[in-house]
Amino acid sequence: MAPPSTPSRPGRTILLLFAVLAALTGVMFLQGQTTPKLALDLAGGTTVTLTAVTENGQSPPEAQLQQAVNIIRDRVNGLGVSEAEVAPQGDDHIVVQVPGTGDQRRVVDLIGTTAQLQFRQVYASAGIAPQTARPSPSAGSTGSTGSPGPSATSSPSPSQGASSPTPTASASARQRPLSQALAAPSPSASASGSPSPSGSPSPSASAPLDLNALTQDYSGIDDKAVIAQFEKLDCSGAGRKAPGADDPRRKWVAACDREGEVKYILGPVRVEGRQIADATAVPPNVQNGQTGWSVSLEFESQGARQFAELTADAYGEYQANGMSPRRQIAIVLDGQVVSAPQITEGPIAGGQATINGPPDSFTQQYATDLANVLDYGALPLKFERSSIETVSSTLGSDQLEKGMLAGAIGLVLVVAYSLLYYRGLGLVSVASLAVAAGITYLSVVLLGHEDTLGFRLSLAHVIGLIVSIGIAADSFIVYFERLRDELREGRPLRPSVETAWRRARRTILVADAVMFIGAAVLYALAIGGVKGFAFAIGLTTLIDVVVVFCFTKPMVALLARREFFAKGHRWSGLDPARLRRTRPAPSLVKEA
Amino acid sequence: MVAIRAVLSRIYKGEVSADIVGRPRLWYSLSAILLAVSIAGLIVRGLSFGVEFTGGSVFTFKAPNASIEQVRSTVAEAGPHQVIVQSTSSGWRVTTESLPSAEVAEVQRAVGAEFGLPAEQVSAQIIGSTWGDEITEKAWLALAVFMLLIVGYLSVAFEWRMALAAMVALVHDLVITAGIYAWSGFEVTPATLLGFLTILGYSLYDAVVVFDMIKEVTRDLGTAGRLRTYSQAANEALNNTLVRSLNTSLVAILPVASILFVGTFLLGAGALKDLSLSLFVGILVGTYSSLCVATPLLVQLKEREPRYRELRERVRARQTSAKRQVRTAVPAGGAPAEETPGDGAAEAAEDEPRKVKVVQAGPRRQPRRGTRQQRRRTRR
Repeated sequence: MAPPSTPSRPGRTILLLFAVLAALTGVMFLQGQTTPKLALDLAGGTTVTLTAVTENGQSPPEAQLQQAVNIIRDRVNGLGVSEAEVAPQGDDHIVVQVPGTGDQRRVVDLIGTTAQLQFRQVYASAGIAPQTARPSPSAGSTGSTGSPGPSATSSPSPSQGASSPTPTASASARQRPLSQALAAPSPSASASGSPSPSGSPSPSASAPLDLNALTQDYSGIDDKAVIAQFEKLDCSGAGRKAPGADDPRRKWVAACDREGEVKYILGPVRVEGRQIADATAVPPNVQNGQTGWSVSLEFESQGARQFAELTADAYGEYQANGMSPRRQIAIVLDGQVVSAPQITEGPIAGGQATINGPPDSFTQQYATDLANVLDYGALPLKFERSSIETVSSTLGSDQLEKGMLAGAIGLVLVVAYSLLYYRGLGLVSVASLAVAAGITYLSVVLLGHEDTLGFRLSLAHVIGLIVSIGIAADSFIVYFERLRDELREGRPLRPSVETAWRRARRTILVADAVMFIGAAVLYALAIGGVKGFAFAIGLTTLIDVVVVFCFTKPMVALLARREFFAKGHRWSGLDPARLRRTRPAPSLVKEA
Repeated sequence: MVAIRAVLSRIYKGEVSADIVGRPRLWYSLSAILLAVSIAGLIVRGLSFGVEFTGGSVFTFKAPNASIEQVRSTVAEAGPHQVIVQSTSSGWRVTTESLPSAEVAEVQRAVGAEFGLPAEQVSAQIIGSTWGDEITEKAWLALAVFMLLIVGYLSVAFEWRMALAAMVALVHDLVITAGIYAWSGFEVTPATLLGFLTILGYSLYDAVVVFDMIKEVTRDLGTAGRLRTYSQAANEALNNTLVRSLNTSLVAILPVASILFVGTFLLGAGALKDLSLSLFVGILVGTYSSLCVATPLLVQLKEREPRYRELRERVRARQTSAKRQVRTAVPAGGAPAEETPGDGAAEAAEDEPRKVKVVQAGPRRQPRRGTRQQRRRTRR
């Protein structure tokens, strides 16, 4: 915070401040949102009731329900500072209240997913003709490579071998250029019976058609039921789940991929989501062929070991037979294969992996949400959404209206008092408060936008802001009192404006630093409601400093040039005769 | 009326000289009483935590033509004293504190009777806490780190004694506010908790402003021409910031007080009342403690330092020389601490610590201030 050290140019500082304010206002109108977003207690929102589904139809254990509540709470809070309320209700429900109405699908998806992540080796796979030719060239999945060594960077460098070997026959419109270095299963038309994981996207196909099933190599799979299930499995259409695919205890599972284009037989779970220490969304990086967003995973030590073993096995299969389906590792999320990279570069020992997919489905939001759910772990139970409703505010509109009215009355009293006590200077403090209120309003609106923080105003914030108005006013009061002290000493006004400012400035900065440290610590460490509140207090502290430096002090300096103040008119609040003490003033130290 | 005017005019002119530092016993005993009462309240009555912390019962029913106020009063008359009413797209959702089954049935019956529903159409379920233990744990952790950082920061910006005094004042404020909650029976909701945090900030903030002034006034104490004890200097600093302290707390408390007033007398129960009480009490106690707890404590700590002890001796030696006593006036800001002056006229109302009227009444004991030249002459 470099204070504007131009006592001679106070006007310029004020103009600058207003230019910035005007710019912020412009941004606000560009965003198309001119009112603050409100939290649950002020504006209501959406209630989602989740019902736990157990295999035996009994109520789940209480501890598991509570654990699920905690995980869902973490996930929702991971979205930002728009406090949601999560509570267990009855024996098997969880009620989630999120602020805001309208399309809450993102939140609903986020809280509903179990987020069970498993890494399994692929034992067999077959492409499926999509029933509807979708324009998205998908079903590709790039490799997951970890940077060997303990570097904690997440720079996925997908390096795959060439695509599937026999691109023949029907020139598929969905054939991708090789330069994209995509791994199998790439949807190349392969009419051969080679055990390549390739689909034949014949656009005319109206029913799932499996060309590979007849000659599928099921070696190593010792579960006939799964093979039968696999052969019958219809994965067409995105989002299909094969029954039982998400059961970690099953040694063999048949599973579909997310896009509904490939089906797999997968081996036992080799690494579990519990082993993930950290998951972060990584933006696209065109230089190394990462066209979509991805999620970079970091394993804990045991998970890193398991992952290294798994990749070593897959690499061994690749070396033995470059076309073996077992060179692939399936990343299974809630029973769906998100991607199945092939390991062609050797085992991955760095304890890191990347999940990625086609750019049209791996958007920023998807990657962010996926990283979020993986970060907080899987839910111990499966849930169904039993209802989604809009709810009104918890506070009640009567409370809100009267509270606002009361706050307004209080502020009017503040204005009246400062005018009464500080006369002309009071105008400066009222104007400063108005500017501070304006900046606060702008900030809250701008930060409430979903692209920024999604900050929502709750009752506690509003009252916190009212209190911080008092604290902001204190900065002016400190300055004015110093100024009056100087005048009482009998010094002329214009130099006093500067000397008083020098002394008041330090006090203001030290005191505001205390507030700011407090807010920053709470924001960094606390969660939920406390975090949002800390944010509000920190924000107003900063605004207070900006206003007192860029508005109040320059304003006083400007006014000091006017005769009304300089001559100490009796209504200016700087009338020496009214301030004059009738006893010796304590000799204060003069600054050099 | 005239007296009040005179007092206000004194304050306006910055002519307050109260001997605040000189009576640590008074303040300490006042604070001790307040603390004892608060701790007793916390032990005897305890805090009543809101539904958000403890969980409770939730009733859902359909009553399309009812208003929020109607639903709230109907449920409240049946027994529960915390009632949160929400209208949902499928009817009403009312959350109350945990009720025994008899009372649950009573609420169902009352709601049914009021809105013409059979009691079984008023479903009742138990709801858990929305404010998880994790949030509380994290908040405590954050608070601990915050305290450490602030002590560190104040030790660097000022000195460790000031950091310690500010911390004592902080704990003092929080305990007293919590005690008032215990006695008043107001709910402790998440909003209240945030109010506590605000108080914490305010209390520290206020102490820092006061200490900053003390630091400035006591900077080159004991050099030629500035022969005063630390207590006297600190007291003068207090008097210098007194106007600012009173003004600030007034400005901060006016809106809060009006919300508290409206919340308590016009609305009855509700989040507004619960939250504004913590802030109202906190600001009062915070202002009092930064002036009358933190500062006397700081002065006592400082007076133990050898250099200030020596200074004290020197000042005393001077004052006992009879010649000086005839010639000098008592320094502004009251008398030295060991002889309690009779003119401080600190009318400390026991129940309202903020109403410390700190103005000298009675005849003034300082000579009229001469012109600047005259003063220069006497100084030589």
